[in-house]
Amino acid sequence: MFGNYITIPHLLVLFPLLAGIITFFIKKESTAKAWSLLSVVITLLISIASIYFRNNKELSGLTYNYMWLKSIGSSISLALDGMGRLLTFLTAFSFVIILIANYKSTYKNANVFYGLFLLAQAGLMGVFLSTDALLFYFFWELALIPVYFLCSYWGGEKRIAATFKFFIYTFAGSLFLLVGIIYVYLLTGATRYSDHNFSLTAFRAVVLYANQQNFLFWLFFIAFAIKMPIFPFHTWQPDTYEQAPTSVTMILSGVMVKMGVFGLIRWVLPIFPMAVLKFDNVVIGLSVIGMIYASLIAIKQDDLKRLAAYSSIAHIGLMCAGIFSMQTVALEGVVIQMFAHGINIIGLWIVIELIERQLGTRKISQLGGLAHKAPVLTILLVIIAFANIALPLTNAFVGEFMMFSGLFKFNIWYAAVAGLSIILAAVYTLNMVQKVFYGETNSITKSMKEISWNEKLVLMVIVVMIFLTGVFPQPLFELTKISVAPISTIFK
Amino acid sequence: MNAILLTAIWGIIMMFGGVFFKSKQTPKYWAIAGLVLIIISNYVELTTGASFFDIDTKFMLSFNSFNLTFITIALVSTLLYFLLSGSDIEKVGDNVSEYFALIFFVLCGVCLSATYNTLLILFLGIEIMSIPLYILTGSDKRNLKSNEAALKYFLMGAFSTGIMLMGIAFIYGGNSEGSFFISNINIGEGKMPVLIAIGMVFMLIALSFKVSAAPFHFWTPDVYEGAPTVFTSFMATVVKIAGFIAFIRLFENSFGKVQAQWQLLVSVITAATLFIGNLTAVFQQSVKRMLAYSSIAQAGFMLLAVFALNTTAMQGLILYSAAYSFATIGLFAILIRMYDYTIDGFNGLAKSQPVLAVTATIFLLSLTGIPLTAGFQSKFLMLVAAIRDGHHHWLVFWAIICAAVSAYYYFKIIQAMFFKEAAQDILEHGSIAVGANITTGFKALLILTAILIILLGIFPSLITDSIHF
Repeated sequence: MFGNYITIPHLLVLFPLLAGIITFFIKKESTAKAWSLLSVVITLLISIASIYFRNNKELSGLTYNYMWLKSIGSSISLALDGMGRLLTFLTAFSFVIILIANYKSTYKNANVFYGLFLLAQAGLMGVFLSTDALLFYFFWELALIPVYFLCSYWGGEKRIAATFKFFIYTFAGSLFLLVGIIYVYLLTGATRYSDHNFSLTAFRAVVLYANQQNFLFWLFFIAFAIKMPIFPFHTWQPDTYEQAPTSVTMILSGVMVKMGVFGLIRWVLPIFPMAVLKFDNVVIGLSVIGMIYASLIAIKQDDLKRLAAYSSIAHIGLMCAGIFSMQTVALEGVVIQMFAHGINIIGLWIVIELIERQLGTRKISQLGGLAHKAPVLTILLVIIAFANIALPLTNAFVGEFMMFSGLFKFNIWYAAVAGLSIILAAVYTLNMVQKVFYGETNSITKSMKEISWNEKLVLMVIVVMIFLTGVFPQPLFELTKISVAPISTIFK
Repeated sequence: MNAILLTAIWGIIMMFGGVFFKSKQTPKYWAIAGLVLIIISNYVELTTGASFFDIDTKFMLSFNSFNLTFITIALVSTLLYFLLSGSDIEKVGDNVSEYFALIFFVLCGVCLSATYNTLLILFLGIEIMSIPLYILTGSDKRNLKSNEAALKYFLMGAFSTGIMLMGIAFIYGGNSEGSFFISNINIGEGKMPVLIAIGMVFMLIALSFKVSAAPFHFWTPDVYEGAPTVFTSFMATVVKIAGFIAFIRLFENSFGKVQAQWQLLVSVITAATLFIGNLTAVFQQSVKRMLAYSSIAQAGFMLLAVFALNTTAMQGLILYSAAYSFATIGLFAILIRMYDYTIDGFNGLAKSQPVLAVTATIFLLSLTGIPLTAGFQSKFLMLVAAIRDGHHHWLVFWAIICAAVSAYYYFKIIQAMFFKEAAQDILEHGSIAVGANITTGFKALLILTAILIILLGIFPSLITDSIHF
């Protein structure tokens, strides 16, 4: 189990896990904070190494499985493919950004806060890495529990009710996923009583009849749809985003919602292709309705957090529609967009957090004229806002363009209706920028000061990432192509 | 064999010891010492098959790895119970050593009902298990509620015993061999003879009563609430899981071949138990009463094993008994020490007693079935067993919906402990009852129990591998 068997995938999970457990025992707040910052930076370095050594088989951990529950055929198997590398990098990167951006926030029981924070990272990494269905389910739930405690303890006024709704929703969804996993598991292997197996390869090899696929598809899909969230399973999301402490909201919207999208690509498309073909219209229909619906509500929002939450629902809806168009170009677009959306939305949250921390409000109606007081913040925010509307040269443009062209190939009408959401996104984003940053300062915004160096640094890193991957997306294509190719061949 | 005789002998020793024990604490130490001895002897029998006693039981008892593993779990649970709540048994009344003696007699009954091979021993086991419980329920003599609970339990218990005897008589009369042996109730794959069918239904009713399955569960909340809380803890765990082992062994050996004919009946009972247990628990304000309903709900999940009746189910039931007992005993040990038994009484516990709050959370997460805890692995195996069975798929979905409901009431306690502020009177008084001292040893034991639950959650094979079929 040890020695040359510890590979990069193992490190990506084990390191944050151990670091998180250690953090619980660091009583002093500043030490706990510094330690968790150090550990997320190390995790980021490991993740960069995983991209750098991507052709090295031994380090990538494609070879080694540790039999975990022998009697039922589950193993601890972790592996990285292109999509996994991208998403683990997103996880590692965003945790560093989140910690630096919130470095000045103080939390009571900081050691517990940072401990849970790192455990959530370990859970997320596990979700993106596991190639064993039971292990995947384990991490799927383990990512949820720390986040539940983070939201309920450090969140806003109505946190208990909001996060409880979130928890019950996702827990019920995961139970459906569990039953689905067990069903497929019992069909693996040659006969009904031979040895069954939880591995991804066994799951992909299993022969399912059309009627089996149809109901198994929904068991998996509901769990993922709740997490993403897709209309009509989205009602937990705005409340939770609003009530959670901002650093946790960043995890939720930047990384955690990607679990659902990732799950669809990794576990649903290759295992239930017939059902995907059968229900593509239903799912795309729901996604498109959700996009338009969320965009319209976003226009009416006065609370910045809720605005960002609804905007996130609209973006995720497009990703889901892109997946079910089953076009290679759209699938590649989805993977790239997962990465881009993670970075952009975290940038948006950071700006909202900075405003709220200084002025104590995030109501659009109470703000105005911040550009006079904080020009640097404004410039950075405007770039992030442009990325949120997916203007060319920004990272989101590449992904959205690819998803739309896939959707266009699938059905021109869906593409047309979904295209409306781009216009609506421009409406609510620019409206927000205008009302919050331009115009006259008022009694509340008078006290606004320019942001400090660490906040500038974080936002600049994000802006650099936005342009870098917007202008030069080729490395992302190379990473995604390998993972998407086998899936899109199924549908050819 | 070791466990059956030694528990009986040690029960007698404890009973007469009451005359000689000077201090009130002495019986506890004797009981713990005896139990450790019994566990070791039972473990020796499990691993090597060696018994200290050479008695010809005429095949009326069987000691295979399944039975002995279960007995080990029941004994270890009791040991945990003694260690965690032993000092609370001393507070119930003056006859401390008698309480311990009665618990040892219950254990003897538990061992018998786990190893029986004939219906007669089953009957003996269930009765030896039940009669001391009637006494323990009423042991708080001055408390009217305790008296009421004991009477209720006794009357209902006697009634179900009658039904069981009737069932045994029908089965005896109905089978061609005229035999009490469970494996000899020789019914082929065809239709069940009428007499045996009636007998089976009677047995089903009587055993459902013992494991408090719906619609025979009505005694449970009242008895659990009326009985002194220490004994509720024991009744809800060791005794209940013993009922399940008796249940599954009878149905596997005697009626396994005609599963198709009774499966619908059992699945309806399972669904009703899950529904009533979970739904009623949601509305409880008293944690003690909520745990009573939660024990009904958990029984519903364990009934899935009887429903499926395959090797996964047998393994799963063993694991479930361990996961459920450890978590529930731990929770009750904390509950006994609380000043206020309502959910509000747990408000702010994380601040005043962080160790208690964290361990209670692990117990509650295990009961909910969250991964990394033993509760998840056991619920998981139950679902695998039920799905593998291949019939009545609706039951699986019913079970997971009920499991999602259970998250609601278990998490209400977690919320109270961590996220809510204690009310004024609790702040003044403290969350912990007067006279209940939280020693370091108690905390250490709670942590140990929590670690045990997590360990089983990661490596369930520690238990399931000791069973061979």
